[in-house]
Amino acid sequence: MIVRTPAFLVICLVIAAVVFAASMAVGNDYVFFAGYVVLQYVVLATAWNILGGYCGYVNFGTAAFFALGAYSTVAIYKLIGDNELPHVIPIPILMLVGGAVSGVVGFGMGYLTLRLRGAFFSIATLALAVVLETLVVNWDYVGGSRGAYIIRPEEIAPIGNYIRYLFLIMMLLAVAAITIARLIERSRLGYGFATIRDDELAAEASGVPTLRLKLIATTISGALMGMAGAPFPYYIGFLQPDSTFGLDYAVNSIAMPLIGGTTSWVGPLIGTLLLGTLQQVATVTISSAVNLLLVGCLLVGFVIVAPNGIVGLVHTYLQRKPDDFVGRRRVDADAPGSVP
Amino acid sequence: MIFSFDLLINAVVSGILIGGFYAAVTSGVSLAFGILDIVNIAHPAFIILGSYVAYIVNATFGLDPILTAIVVMPLFYVLGAGIYQIYYVSFEKRGQESLRGLAFFFGLLFITEVSLVLYFGVDYRYVNAVYIGPTLHLGDVDMPLRILVPCLVSLLLIAALQLILTRTFIGRAIMAVAQDQLALRLMAIDPVRIKRIAFGMSIATASLAGAFLIIIQPVEPSVGREYIGRVFAICVLGGMGSLPGTVIAAMLIGIVESLTSTFYGPSWAPAVSFGFLLLTLAVRPAGLLGR
Repeated sequence: MIVRTPAFLVICLVIAAVVFAASMAVGNDYVFFAGYVVLQYVVLATAWNILGGYCGYVNFGTAAFFALGAYSTVAIYKLIGDNELPHVIPIPILMLVGGAVSGVVGFGMGYLTLRLRGAFFSIATLALAVVLETLVVNWDYVGGSRGAYIIRPEEIAPIGNYIRYLFLIMMLLAVAAITIARLIERSRLGYGFATIRDDELAAEASGVPTLRLKLIATTISGALMGMAGAPFPYYIGFLQPDSTFGLDYAVNSIAMPLIGGTTSWVGPLIGTLLLGTLQQVATVTISSAVNLLLVGCLLVGFVIVAPNGIVGLVHTYLQRKPDDFVGRRRVDADAPGSVP
Repeated sequence: MIFSFDLLINAVVSGILIGGFYAAVTSGVSLAFGILDIVNIAHPAFIILGSYVAYIVNATFGLDPILTAIVVMPLFYVLGAGIYQIYYVSFEKRGQESLRGLAFFFGLLFITEVSLVLYFGVDYRYVNAVYIGPTLHLGDVDMPLRILVPCLVSLLLIAALQLILTRTFIGRAIMAVAQDQLALRLMAIDPVRIKRIAFGMSIATASLAGAFLIIIQPVEPSVGREYIGRVFAICVLGGMGSLPGTVIAAMLIGIVESLTSTFYGPSWAPAVSFGFLLLTLAVRPAGLLGR
């Protein structure tokens, strides 16, 4: 069952259109507010997975890239506001700018640290988040530690309420992110990434340009995170460094792919839809602290019990042989010590 | 900004004192990350746990926080040994420590932090002890006892750790496990057992570091996050697993942070250690006293 990329894109767009139409039919704007967050995490988790899942490099700095996108928007907003121009900048343009900024920072960051072992890269991404937060806190132009207000237009021409427009844009970005991830997975690039994940030294020795591939991965991943962040100020209305750089983004964008499964584009999607929806429900019905606890427990539980996530579980389930049921104990191919 | 010698010398001294405390915070990470290669990103969360244990005992029985920390150290050791056992069985044995092991500790960080939030709330907690309050004056230099005492005890802790690592059998085995596990196994020593002991020791230091933290400043559950980057910065700068290097790096970062917050304002201080970390990683990944 091989679906070509254009066909895949069409299928995704059809699904997106159906989801959007269904949300419109519900008519309650809360659906859009909650849905936006879930879609935003679809993008973040997919972007994280391009570096984390495909290459095996754990990025703790999702919040930093996300915030870069968001703060690019704030900077542009202030710039235009200062020049007495109308406040309406098309969001897609903001996303491109935010994506470009995050992509460049991702590239620079990767260049500095990717020559080191995996764990150092992870710690450096954590450091990057704090350095950027400190810069933003001390940069009064974008609001500093006080935060910045962004006035969201009430309505937009054909769609109506502005939140619906944001929802639609984020949905399209999610489709784009998933298509890019799928495209990478099936290309030479994806195979290159997989060699890095499995054995970087062996890949290097076989002539895989590992540093270049890793830089491509960080740049794409960072750019997508920045694009996801760009419309955020319009969604939230009041942007503040503390929450924008919060570790919540980091833990969510790690937990979602790991719970879903990291080796393909389906994993982050499943993980996000599951965890994202669960979180929205938990936030409304219990409290937002409990929802982080939930994420933490699920993350730890899944990495211990089901290292390949939900996709891995389904995969093992589908690949059982009939004689597994005839009283013989199954031999797990992944078990330590077994020779493949 | 008026430059005065007084201010400078005070900033340097308080930097050294705070650096002593940072050394205690980092010693656990130096053991786990530097020697055992276990990226325990949740270490600061265990430090906060230590702070809360000190707080509870102090609030109910009025016991001295440092004394409390030393008494509960064995409990932390057991906790650490238990966590290592889970980590070993789930990740190290399967060869998955890089991606999933990191995620595991990241998850632990959140579980610990949010559990503390749910149980104690986000109010700042503090402890009472005789040395919190008075300040030692040496000429123009002020040394608040609430920072001086943790600094001195911290140096004692690190000296003790260094002695254990270099003089005892277990300590030498820990150093050996970092170099060659197979050779250790040939000497009929179980590397897993040695690593479990070392990781237990690493978490045990968190109990004391937590007590220092709550003596120095009021603590709420998410305070630990500031320390994640700082401890790894110090550990890498000091040269992965070298305790003397850790002390030097901790004091260096303490001084630079203190100078920054004195002369440029405290809002810039967090970027210092991280800037240092990025710089170290880019220029000299082996650190100051790297092995």
